[in-house]
Amino acid sequence: MTSEALIDYVKGLLGDKTKWADPEAGDNFLTVASEDWKNICQTLATDKKCSLTYLRNFTGTDYPEDDEIELTAHTFSYSEKHGLIIKTRISREAAVCDTLSKIWPAAIWYEREIFDLLGVSFNNHPDLRRILMPEDWVGHPLRKDYKQQETYRGIPTTRPA
Amino acid sequence: MTTVIRELGDEQRELVLNMGPHHPSTHGVLRFVLHTDGEVMRKAVPEIGYLHRGLEKIAESTTYPGYVPYTDRVNYLEAMFANEAFSKAIESLSDIEVPERAQYLRAIAGELNRIASHNITIGCITMDLGAITPFVHLLRERETINDLIEALCGQRVTHHYVRIGGVAYDADDNWLKQVEKFLNHFEAIIEELDNLIVYNEILVKRMADVAVITADDAVGFGLVGPNLRASGVDWDLRRDMPYGIYPKLDFDVPIGAGEKGTVGDCFDRFVVRVRELKQSCRIIRQCINNIPDGDIIGNVSRKIKPPKGEVYSCVEGARGELGVYVVSDGTEKPYRVKWRSGSFSAMSIIEHISEGLMIADLVAVIATLDVIAPETDR
Amino acid sequence: MDAMVEQGPEGSFVLGKVDDLLNLARKNSLWYMLFGTACCAIELMQTGGPRSDADRFGMVFRATPRQSDTLILAGTITYKMASRIRLLYEQMAEPKYVIAMGSCANTGGLFQESYAVVNGGDLFLPVDVYIPGCPPRSESLIEGLMLIQQKIEKEPWLKKAWTNTKNPKDPQIEGLL
Repeated sequence: MTSEALIDYVKGLLGDKTKWADPEAGDNFLTVASEDWKNICQTLATDKKCSLTYLRNFTGTDYPEDDEIELTAHTFSYSEKHGLIIKTRISREAAVCDTLSKIWPAAIWYEREIFDLLGVSFNNHPDLRRILMPEDWVGHPLRKDYKQQETYRGIPTTRPA
Repeated sequence: MTTVIRELGDEQRELVLNMGPHHPSTHGVLRFVLHTDGEVMRKAVPEIGYLHRGLEKIAESTTYPGYVPYTDRVNYLEAMFANEAFSKAIESLSDIEVPERAQYLRAIAGELNRIASHNITIGCITMDLGAITPFVHLLRERETINDLIEALCGQRVTHHYVRIGGVAYDADDNWLKQVEKFLNHFEAIIEELDNLIVYNEILVKRMADVAVITADDAVGFGLVGPNLRASGVDWDLRRDMPYGIYPKLDFDVPIGAGEKGTVGDCFDRFVVRVRELKQSCRIIRQCINNIPDGDIIGNVSRKIKPPKGEVYSCVEGARGELGVYVVSDGTEKPYRVKWRSGSFSAMSIIEHISEGLMIADLVAVIATLDVIAPETDR
Repeated sequence: MDAMVEQGPEGSFVLGKVDDLLNLARKNSLWYMLFGTACCAIELMQTGGPRSDADRFGMVFRATPRQSDTLILAGTITYKMASRIRLLYEQMAEPKYVIAMGSCANTGGLFQESYAVVNGGDLFLPVDVYIPGCPPRSESLIEGLMLIQQKIEKEPWLKKAWTNTKNPKDPQIEGLL
């Protein structure tokens, strides 16, 4: 499907649960409420005409001024050669969301990365622990207000003059 | 971590072994925790992050052109592709036109880089499975490519050649002749490689039918590039979502056929890479014959301020889809940059496929999946 | 080496210091550990490869720390990796030398601003030679290894007590193992 046809089809499929961005530059994306997140992803992945079986990229972005973290999933279909960007927003303090690992196994590691770097936890995730930073690291580096600790295991984190 | 014997009850026990991060066959700093029953593995759990350099956070405090040198380090074996992916993202966000000659030069440099990267991969696969000679032969060829690329842009490993809007330096006719001369020499080496090592009895027995990845698993776990094609999924971004000059070029996409065993086994992943060498040579030859004269960089101002918006751009690197997701807030610096790399997803499938493999097979799996630390960790 | 060749009644002999003889042997069998963390590891591989051929200086790579004399910090060092490297260093037998290869291992280089990167190998290891470059060419690495050879040449091998006890002046890492 072309991207316009796909957008029309998804609008018909999901009804009033969708919100489209339609920006002036860059990619168009679909925003859904965080409660519907897992179900909508499940629908889009298994629907015959969408068949978005490939989770291309899954990441989060911190927006402190809105007090929200945005999760972005880039999905794609090899058979239909079309892709869709799905987003949701969750609050920064109680950063919890449903896991997508049952739908796309690739999400297991992407969610671990989001947990490590942005501090978002995922319900029912099979193996949620830090992936890139050491286990005893403090803080979530990709949050905009992150401050680095002064020493880590006796190594100074700034180079002495 | 020291070795541990874990009691599982019912007189069942398992031995927990540590492999890496310093291990000669893990290609850089990768670590595995192996749960084994004698020589057979129950599972191998990859641990990554030993080369996590925070490239995504650095982007938030760097200007767009200033970030391009950092993209070299996303994967030092295929720096051209990371340069290109990032440049392509900014070009599509702020509508920058890339001159045709620059697109040809990107393709030539990119395919040379692909050959250089595959040389290391193929050499490492054979070296990990016990044959050191092919590795040294391929390193020798890689040195020639390094010389060519150095003549083009002055760097051997981290090129910083592809810039936003074009490329940094022009190539003269003499350089193109040198590349052609290298291709004449290298195509003979590919033939030699087939006779020397590809169908070697020991190598085939170590790889055929080992760690089969089905097409469904490959798509589900997000494998890309040669790993995906080895599982029988016919997909190449250069052909199916064409960018740059690739629509004008004629080349084949080798896919796994189960030549010595099952589709998607280690041997398929190995042989797909060997076949890709020849296609890269074909692409470079066509580019050299058709390259037009003209500018090498488009009309780009020193300060790049893309409009507010976001974009995901990807290119077909040596390890498959190398993508970058850029969020712009209208200032000179990106608001968020995220790299999507082939090795990250290739690493995540290892735990799933490792059950029942021998420890020695794991070495073949790591080598043929072509996992490389900077790409998994970024 | 300043040695004298003398002619004796039953053949010729050499007069010199035992230190010099031992150091000559040590200098020409400088084994480095096959260990790279980032981009510089590619140049390290090429240095061992056919063109640069470090073998001609008696330098060969060993896969285990227990057989190697030189630790080459080839590339960016992260906090997660630093304790592993310190562990490798402590497994090496004395006398041992450390080369910081490339800007990242010298000072953190390009990634000095990063939250995850150690700003220089000398913050947790005693470094003997610093090689600049990003990454340094194989010629530079060979020069660095030759500087280690020069250092070995001058060392009073017999007088110096080579022990595995920790030097209190060395930087350390907490909570190793």
